[in-house]
Amino acid sequence: MSDGFEIQYAGSALGNAAPAPVTPRNVPNRGGEQNPSAAALRQQFGDAIERVDVVWGVTNVYVRPERALDIVRWLHDDSSQRYDYLSDVTAVEYRDLEAPIEVVWHLRSLPFRRELRLKAQLPKDKPLEVASVWSIYKGADWLERECFDMFGIRFIGHPDLRRILMWEQYREGFPLRKDFPLRGRFSRAEQLRQALAANPEARYSMEELSIADAFEDLPTDMRKRLKGGERTGE
Amino acid sequence: MATQKRTVEVALSTTGVDAEGRPQRVPLVIADDGSPVAVEAPPMVEPDLAGEHMLINIGPQHPATHGVLRLVLELDGETVVRCIPHIGYLHCGFEKLGEYRQYNQILPLTDREDYLNAMGNNVGCAMSAERLFGIEITERCKVLRVIACELSRIASHLVWVGTTCIDIGAFTPFLWAFQQREYIYDLIERWVGARLTPTITRVGGLAADIPDGWMTDLRHFTKEFPKTVDEIDKMLTKNGIWVGRTIGLGVMTPEEATNWGLSGPMLRASGVAYDVRKDFPYYDYETYDFDVPVGTNGDVYDRYLVRMEELRQSIRILEQAANRLPDGPINVDDPRVILPNKSKATSEMESMIHHFKLVMEGPRPPLGEAYVAMESPKGEKGYYMVSDGTSKPVRWRIRPPSFVNLAAIPKMVEGHLLSDVIAINASIDIVMGEIDR
Repeated sequence: MSDGFEIQYAGSALGNAAPAPVTPRNVPNRGGEQNPSAAALRQQFGDAIERVDVVWGVTNVYVRPERALDIVRWLHDDSSQRYDYLSDVTAVEYRDLEAPIEVVWHLRSLPFRRELRLKAQLPKDKPLEVASVWSIYKGADWLERECFDMFGIRFIGHPDLRRILMWEQYREGFPLRKDFPLRGRFSRAEQLRQALAANPEARYSMEELSIADAFEDLPTDMRKRLKGGERTGE
Repeated sequence: MATQKRTVEVALSTTGVDAEGRPQRVPLVIADDGSPVAVEAPPMVEPDLAGEHMLINIGPQHPATHGVLRLVLELDGETVVRCIPHIGYLHCGFEKLGEYRQYNQILPLTDREDYLNAMGNNVGCAMSAERLFGIEITERCKVLRVIACELSRIASHLVWVGTTCIDIGAFTPFLWAFQQREYIYDLIERWVGARLTPTITRVGGLAADIPDGWMTDLRHFTKEFPKTVDEIDKMLTKNGIWVGRTIGLGVMTPEEATNWGLSGPMLRASGVAYDVRKDFPYYDYETYDFDVPVGTNGDVYDRYLVRMEELRQSIRILEQAANRLPDGPINVDDPRVILPNKSKATSEMESMIHHFKLVMEGPRPPLGEAYVAMESPKGEKGYYMVSDGTSKPVRWRIRPPSFVNLAAIPKMVEGHLLSDVIAINASIDIVMGEIDR
């Protein structure tokens, strides 16, 4: 057995004299204590920070989408910030169809025990694109894939941006968009027809078959369909 | 490889029989003079298997994948070269459904995502909605919710221990664990009437107060339960098979674990002491005396040890909560979310209108958003709600800990043996209901 790792304590950067965290009480709706990282971000990036507000105790920082990657990288790398933990990547579309779609990153700094919410607003008249933070946080891989799957936001630089919860042949669109009806775009009859027409045997993607050299072992009709361009895999 | 010479003979029954009545056998090759010629067989070459990879598919209907997880593995011999997980078989669209529901109507959905930790999810979701309304719940409600969370944590860890034992080949601890889990479900059933999907919270309070005598039974449970933990401990912790099948598997260093966003026992087993209850506390967890177990090797065995210790620590929290449970109301005195008294609603006009509006239109939080994280048995579970001032949220998002933990499985299994994939997958403690939502 190895000697093991050195234990990393959350809040380690605060020193022993720092008070232990307590349950927040009577958190105000607007206002309240701002995360010091917001001021640091303003100083560092200036114009790229559009707006800062504190909602129910958490600091929201609205950033320009094209600078999002730089900002996240700085927050991760800078020794006075050390946002080393990515809690969540998601998006919000408002019921007001004119309002831009927001991509939301929930970041945590474990050494400083801070949480910060970064937001980038993507106008709907442009392609929904934002840089992927996968190169900084490996945990962003599936979170960004899910966000792409549900909202159609393309994360530029993601190594493998495929659908994750829906299957690859899913053609009805992006389920969490507001223009997507609750029961799906296609009629029940069409959904049933597609479900029955699906070939449960051809469940491997061409990529999976090629890594294992297994294409030649498939039955002839399956090979023919795959060669004919049929997409498989989930 | 030496060339082997052999004569290949074929039986030609159609040409008749020989003098002794046996089918006539002639050599395959006959020389010009009619004598048999030894045929040069092709050399027997051992096929070079190095570099030839095999594709193997586990799931989605495989008992060891703990649900409908499908793993496509590329094997070199028995070693995993590459792992491609496929999820989504249980996708129910809870987040979409939530956008069409009032805040109290969302709570039943949370039972059904991580169904092993149903009460904990209820608490987390209600906590997020209450943050959105700006509600401080009553002291009694806080303590009861802590009890609900910790009971859920014990039930979830018991399922983990039991099923992981079965995956690795031990059956007895499974029965012990599920017997104790049954006691917990009996307690929940007496509290709210349901077992697996209790929907124990309401925005601003609880569905029901605990019945008379319930605390006595809880104390009985907290007294008896550690014996089972000790028994499982005795059975597994120094068991040669268990140790041999868990130590050194799926190692994540602290830096990797943080970077991959792991949380809960997965992160703590890697030596990162981060527990939402300690570092971003809620419901006065900072006033309870409990320890956060941390591993130092980041392998499957450490994850097991961390979870076993968490069982004991949850019992400590339960004992303290039972001792400090204050009297008082369980619901806040806030007419925005809490229904009026039933007898008043049927006798007074104002109360009846109030009741009607709360049920039909639903409570309306102010404009805003709240991301509230809690420590679920699987890790950091966050509920992110965005309100536009109507009675239904614009966006309701679950931050699923086992989804993010499972994303690291390709990294953890690569280079290990096929049989270790099962152990590593079990150590993540996944619930597909939560992953696919």
